[in-house]
Amino acid sequence: MSVEHSHGHDHDHAPPPDQDGPWSDYQYLETAVRELLIEKGIFSNDDVRRMIERMDSRSPARGAQVVAKAWSDPAFKDRLLADGRGAVEELGIDIEPVRLIVVENTAAEHNMVVCTLCSCYPRNLLGLPPDWYKARAYRSRAVREPRAVLAEFGTELPDGVAVRVHDSTADMRYMVLPRRPDGSEGLGEAELADLVTRDSMIGVSLPKTPA
Amino acid sequence: MSDGTGGYHAHHDMGGEPAGPVDRSTHDYAFWEKRVDALMVLLSAPERGLLRVDELRRGIESLGAYAYDRMSYYERWIASITNIMVEKGVLSQAEIDARIADLKARGVGRP
Repeated sequence: MSVEHSHGHDHDHAPPPDQDGPWSDYQYLETAVRELLIEKGIFSNDDVRRMIERMDSRSPARGAQVVAKAWSDPAFKDRLLADGRGAVEELGIDIEPVRLIVVENTAAEHNMVVCTLCSCYPRNLLGLPPDWYKARAYRSRAVREPRAVLAEFGTELPDGVAVRVHDSTADMRYMVLPRRPDGSEGLGEAELADLVTRDSMIGVSLPKTPA
Repeated sequence: MSDGTGGYHAHHDMGGEPAGPVDRSTHDYAFWEKRVDALMVLLSAPERGLLRVDELRRGIESLGAYAYDRMSYYERWIASITNIMVEKGVLSQAEIDARIADLKARGVGRP
């Protein structure tokens, strides 16, 4: 098949995962390309399986571990803000070979992250991005009306707080270091990590407050 | 499309465009979608170096506005990966077409 996709209908998209086949044209294409690459010795079936296992093992829990460490250890926080990748590697977390910029939320400034061109995202720390991060509404509006977008996520910031929006590229990834919640004094790193949500590290919401 | 300043920008470059509310519903990735992602990561690994992220994006961006808006995220990825593998001579369109025909003839992918 051609992959120009110039026909005037859209019936051949993949069914939802809980729907029995038939396969879409793209599922056939994926299988054909993968089988041929394996037969040519480019990689093995095992390589594909291992890569998917690695992908499945990544989740926002990793990012939350980094945030909790930064909240607990000021020297680590300084290193994280100066050199995100280096600091994350200290924790034994494998990280993509691209620059990681960690931006800190404060009482005066709130940060949020977008990739207007596509979907760049700190996958090693947060797992695969949520669908809305890759979709038109968020990519278009985050840079024009961030406060309206934040409100849709239920995030209302005081008027005096500046909002900074960071647009990712293929060569650099951003992660937000949320502001440590009031009332979290005395909590250990594991308890702190429980307060950190995926969305708070994208910057569209705030961390949970301690019960 | 117009960028409001008299200039034009490409379809994928949508930052600042008007758009509707953010739809926060998400889906669990299907296994075939994860495999597409794995193909990209494997092909771009330094020991293979067959595909770079900027090449993947160039392939996605050259699908055209009509396709871009109608294809799902990983549909765009596998289309781009395929086109780049064919461009680089790693795979030929003829062998891909033949393999798809063979899969269909064997009844693969039918419930």
